[in-house]
Amino acid sequence: MQAVPDNVFRALADPTRRAIYERLARNGEQTVHALTDRSGVSQPAISKHLTVLKRAKLVRHRREGRETHYSAQPQALAPLVDWMSIYGAFWRERFDQLENLLQRMEK
Amino acid sequence: MNESAQTRTLLIEREMPHPPEKIWRALTEGPLIAEWLMTNDFKPEVGHRFTFRATPVPGWSGIIESEVLVVEPPSRLVYSWGALGLDSAVTFTLTPTEGGTRLRMEHSGFGSDQDQAYKGANYGWRNFLNNLEHVVERMD
Repeated sequence: MQAVPDNVFRALADPTRRAIYERLARNGEQTVHALTDRSGVSQPAISKHLTVLKRAKLVRHRREGRETHYSAQPQALAPLVDWMSIYGAFWRERFDQLENLLQRMEK
Repeated sequence: MNESAQTRTLLIEREMPHPPEKIWRALTEGPLIAEWLMTNDFKPEVGHRFTFRATPVPGWSGIIESEVLVVEPPSRLVYSWGALGLDSAVTFTLTPTEGGTRLRMEHSGFGSDQDQAYKGANYGWRNFLNNLEHVVERMD
């Protein structure tokens, strides 16, 4: 877990930024306008949040005409997911059950 | 565990006093899989898409979306494991030993060029963060 960049944690610590990130992850690419419209937050505030997310590499942007489109970059979350802690106990316990089953199969 | 790449692979290896063919059955027959792992509609056919179903918890449907990637009886089985919006793969390797079989399981996540894998469409990321610990507890 020590490889996790602080800015990823910091970026996701804010509920508004989490909401923005979640919307991009769920709904795909969106413009700053679209993100502002349904957020109840001003556009400069949204842009500021997007800058923080961008710095953490959680979002990517591209310009098209006058609009800037943002999309989620979930691979930035990879270091957050500690495979050992998520699945370690899970698989060990399942392996115990597998060995139980194999013993019963012998009959 | 000091390299991030290592945190994305879980390795379990156990020596079991059973022949590979028998362990292979437990790994590839749906009703047997259900007895030790989870309810499923697995078939040992490359390309077969199936789901594992665990008890749902808030923020997680309990559904694991999988696809069979490699079937080499009775020595190697690989399927993808899509849960919590993150794709990973589970590889079983069976090696005959004097007393039975060495069963090795590798659960690894995140290829480097898998943008497509991160659809993010069917999970609530915020819930995932908030409930990660809870999910892990319940999965035990």
